[in-house]
Amino acid sequence: MTEPAPNPAPRDAGQWARPVDKLNLSGVQAGGIRLNVEGRHLTGPIRGFGQMWQKTYWVRLPGAAAAPADVIAVWKAEFPNFWPKGNRFYGPLTGIRPGEVAVLNLAGPGGVTAPGDTPVIATGIMVIFADDVSFSFMTPEGHILAGLITFSAHTDEGATVAQVQALIRTMDPLYELMFRVGIGHKTEDDFWLATLRSLAARFGVNGLPQLRSALVDPRVQWSEAKNVWQNAAIRTGLYLPVALLKKVFRRA
Amino acid sequence: MSKPNLRLSVRPLGGGCCAIDLFGEVTAFAENSLMDAYTQATGAGATTLLLNFSGLEYMNSSGIGLLVTLLIRANRHTPRQRLLAVGLSEHYRQIFELTRLNEAIGIYATEAEALAA
Repeated sequence: MTEPAPNPAPRDAGQWARPVDKLNLSGVQAGGIRLNVEGRHLTGPIRGFGQMWQKTYWVRLPGAAAAPADVIAVWKAEFPNFWPKGNRFYGPLTGIRPGEVAVLNLAGPGGVTAPGDTPVIATGIMVIFADDVSFSFMTPEGHILAGLITFSAHTDEGATVAQVQALIRTMDPLYELMFRVGIGHKTEDDFWLATLRSLAARFGVNGLPQLRSALVDPRVQWSEAKNVWQNAAIRTGLYLPVALLKKVFRRA
Repeated sequence: MSKPNLRLSVRPLGGGCCAIDLFGEVTAFAENSLMDAYTQATGAGATTLLLNFSGLEYMNSSGIGLLVTLLIRANRHTPRQRLLAVGLSEHYRQIFELTRLNEAIGIYATEAEALAA
């Protein structure tokens, strides 16, 4: 009854990344502040500090002649284009595929950036799963969120629906504080709602994205409070003067 | 929307342990059936839940999300319940490792090993 499954190559075999010890940036597009990714471990919702939330954002695409697989193909191919202004995604050279890593340069709350439109948080993601109708990211140490974020599309009552579902904890006590006072939640929600509006517009739809939040675990995990040492916002902040000087000297 | 393609059976094993056998696909569509099986096992007094994956045919990332939420429910239950996994193929063991579920769910080759742990 409990022998391992006999099929040596299950249907999802090519859709999952292989386990990795540490992330590396060898296959990532050039550019951006490439901090807090190389050599970092993946985390996921098991390892974060804060309360666990499941947040589901979705937008209906009525009238768009795009099946779920068409939406996901475009989403994968043009992923950075849908992000709100001030946020940059330096993706894998081979596209969004299992095992690939990307660098994220993010604006702060309210889209705030440093002088010269410089991002204030440099971090990354790894693509852990991808098929024709979905793909998922996990986050490395230092990221704002320890989590699993799944982008998917399905059909509902005759319309294609694009969805982002995040199962997340904040990574450390400082990020959790930002979420407890509401800044973090608002920034996260605004980010994905804006992304879905842009995606809908790409398919010619003036979409009205929706959000549903559920608190899965109200407790924090104090054993993970030490994650604060890897905090990408702090480390990026310490690096920013260097980045700004580099910009100035490049111009000179 | 697709339909769930997962069949579950709940087997009390005695000593506060209950096995949940999974046959088919663990995806987002399996949420209700998996949570129903959990409720049934908990109603039978289970303090140890043994998920038997030997009939698992497919799992996507939403399925992993389901297992995480199941783990949280078990951890929050009073008294706290243990969640164990048996019958995972090498492929699914690697997925547990990738997603770090192996750090929170004890993995064993057989029911006998899990029960002895």
